[in-house]
Amino acid sequence: MKGTLIAFLAGVMFAVGLVVSGMTNPEIVTGFLDIFGEWNYSLAFVMGGALLVNVIAFKVILSKPKPLCETQHYLPTNKLVDKKLVVGSILFGVGWGALGVCPGPGLVNLMTFEPTAVGFIVSMLVGMEIFNWTKKVWE
Amino acid sequence: MEHIIYPLLGGILIGLSSSFMLGGLGRITGISGIVAMSMSKPTKENNWRYAFLAGLLLGGFAIFRIRPDLFNYSLDYPWVQVIVAGLFVGYGTRLGSGCTSGHGVCGLARFSKRSLIATILFMSFGMITVALKGVLL
Repeated sequence: MKGTLIAFLAGVMFAVGLVVSGMTNPEIVTGFLDIFGEWNYSLAFVMGGALLVNVIAFKVILSKPKPLCETQHYLPTNKLVDKKLVVGSILFGVGWGALGVCPGPGLVNLMTFEPTAVGFIVSMLVGMEIFNWTKKVWE
Repeated sequence: MEHIIYPLLGGILIGLSSSFMLGGLGRITGISGIVAMSMSKPTKENNWRYAFLAGLLLGGFAIFRIRPDLFNYSLDYPWVQVIVAGLFVGYGTRLGSGCTSGHGVCGLARFSKRSLIATILFMSFGMITVALKGVLL
């Protein structure tokens, strides 16, 4: 129960962070990625701020045997740099650059109920489903 | 200063949120993964994912209602662009096991080699795509 509450509040905080930082505005994100044009470097401070907190906090948290509400840490165990990681990240980058929206900001923008904001999330879910169908191709 | 303060403040909130997730539940805050897993058959295992998504969506809705001025940007892009971007983001984040949050914000913080490579790649190809868009459109 306590864990569910933490997850909910973390979700709210994440949404506030995305809006305050400018990450939900596709124009700002595209401006950040436009290094050959009029580069808007402000979003570098979003990642900077988040990493500043996480590098320190993760180190402290992971030095403990378990988190507050669970019996173990659930960290990714895959250490392999493979074709899936490389091609997947490239495809994601192309999609991110194409519109300036990644999954978190896309979900926050969904709450404006703008048709294109809904369309983006539906397309993203379809993309995830297509991956489920074609998973075997990558094995 | 304002153009730096808000991104920094937002980034710190994102960091605190993902640190609470790791410290409280031992979980990596990877939004694409959370969304994908939430779409599968409902299980008790997924409760924390539903709770996080509910917070993200309701939080977004609340800010939109309280401070609509923070949403004073256009989301009105050509449908082709919206759909292609969505498909690539959905497929790519599943194939590459993460997005800006999981690889960028959490993976880099725990010095994961996979996340470093993923972040360099999606940033570079995001930049290339924006540059190409400038040339072609």
